[in-house]
Amino acid sequence: MTAATHGNTRDALNDAKRINAASQRAARVGLDPALWLVVPAAAFMLLLFIYPFLYGLALSFAPKEGDWLANYTHFFTTDNLWPTIATTLKLAIPATLINVGVALPIAFKMRTKTRYQRWLTTILVIPITLGTVLIAEGMLIYLGPKGWLSQFLQYFHLYDAPIRLTHNYWGVLLSLIVSGFPFAFLLILSYITGIDPVLARAASTLGADSRAQFRHIYLPLLAPGLAMCFCLSFVQAFSVFPSAVLLGSPAGPTRVISIAAYEAAFEVYDYSLASAIAMIMGFVQLIIVAGVLGLRGVFYRGPVTGGKG
Amino acid sequence: MTVARDLNVKRWFDLAWGGFLWGIMILFVVNVALMIAAVATSSFARRWLGTWLPEGWTTRWYTAAWKEFQLDSILFVTAEVVLAVVFLSLLIGVPAAYTLARRNFPGKRALLLLFLLPLMVPPMSYGIPLATVLYKVQLAGTIYGVILANLIPAAPFVILVMTPFIEQIDPNLESAARVFGAGTLRMFWYVLVPLLGPGILAASLLVLVRTIAMFELTFLTSGADSQTLVVALYYAVFAAGVRAPQSVDAMAMVYMGVTLAWLLIALKFVNPTQLVSRVKESPQPA
Repeated sequence: MTAATHGNTRDALNDAKRINAASQRAARVGLDPALWLVVPAAAFMLLLFIYPFLYGLALSFAPKEGDWLANYTHFFTTDNLWPTIATTLKLAIPATLINVGVALPIAFKMRTKTRYQRWLTTILVIPITLGTVLIAEGMLIYLGPKGWLSQFLQYFHLYDAPIRLTHNYWGVLLSLIVSGFPFAFLLILSYITGIDPVLARAASTLGADSRAQFRHIYLPLLAPGLAMCFCLSFVQAFSVFPSAVLLGSPAGPTRVISIAAYEAAFEVYDYSLASAIAMIMGFVQLIIVAGVLGLRGVFYRGPVTGGKG
Repeated sequence: MTVARDLNVKRWFDLAWGGFLWGIMILFVVNVALMIAAVATSSFARRWLGTWLPEGWTTRWYTAAWKEFQLDSILFVTAEVVLAVVFLSLLIGVPAAYTLARRNFPGKRALLLLFLLPLMVPPMSYGIPLATVLYKVQLAGTIYGVILANLIPAAPFVILVMTPFIEQIDPNLESAARVFGAGTLRMFWYVLVPLLGPGILAASLLVLVRTIAMFELTFLTSGADSQTLVVALYYAVFAAGVRAPQSVDAMAMVYMGVTLAWLLIALKFVNPTQLVSRVKESPQPA
């Protein structure tokens, strides 16, 4: 009894001290009214981004039946759930490698501000804004067994058998390239144009041709940007949903993890399992992203825009 | 002699490499263009089965699609959602961008991380827990839920786009306003907002284009009467067997028209690379 009262008094004292210290700190850093301007945005993000995430995490450990890990054991022991990770990675990793790998040399070639650059960036922004749903619909017609591509190949006898590019793995991979390549290109281009051309000019004065400039100047400076671009491209490809349903075969080779999560939430109405799948999805992404950003540490770190003068 | 031949080989290699890159580029652009053209052709086709071009042309699929999919109400919902998202994201994003651009305070890095995270985590993995929470508070399936969900990537995006615009405004102007006795709000409204006009225009157009095309979050949180155009298009393609494929394509063309019209307007004011990243156009030393 006395101990409890003592404890309460001590807590109250501690609280008072803490509040006092906080207000002193506030006075020191100059807590001005401008700080209130960031409060609505921060509160919004906490309420609608962080809270749902934590709620989902907690929910995933509170399954409908079984112990607290039941959802996760269910995921890793069910035949149509755990292979979705491999299925998704099999789509996302090649797509990301192709997108970033092809975008890099092309963006490097387009690095100077020319008319072509403006035109190409304008054309390439179109597939991004149209979005994956429209791309999927377009590819269903264009790549379908009676589409223009198939007709073209048969007309010139390049490939006579009916092509199969829809409702399978290849259709989804192509759609990831159609929407992901422009994204990677524009991102890398914005990083490359951010590198001070004076550095390359200095190198060319010393006799470096464009390949040597790329290897010794641009590539090391681009490493952080490339790592970022790889991560963002990968994250997009990893969460592929509409084209995997419309353009792939959502029951078989393109049953990606987001389809599994969607089915659990909106067809089985097991929000707990759905949250668990969403958390696994986030975790796998995190591993890949952390790995890529860790690799980046091997390269040069420092300013890329160069000093004045 | 050997040096000359080496140079020749190198020039030849460079030429081939350049041609190869151009070839890939042209192949990509031509195929995407043909893909879009295929949708357009199909939407005007009377009958189109395995030939280069359809047997006849008609516009009746557009009227059919308009009636079947109730495009007028879908377009209305889309406009409501997009306008609300643009307005609200500016309302909370611009002030936050101002503070983040001008002030240093403890916890600023954590705040920046908080605003960057939604742009790094894909919508599908935070959309499902979010939809669960929205269902619990009975906002999912309503237009308010759709607006709230779309604000999550939009508000941080506004902050990201606006920060460089704010950084380039001379802080002396704000000091001058304060000397004359303006409070933060008055200073904001009379000094900053007019100066930020171009930045706000750019940010709102970028958010607008991105929100029209945002599929996942709207898909997870919308109900029957709160679908936007892109979600309605998904359901139309998904249930393709039920309706004539041409009327689905007509709907796709309506969607494409809406998106491209706004994209063209946006491109008058913004750089294409701004749609995917923050671009700081720093003046290059001559």
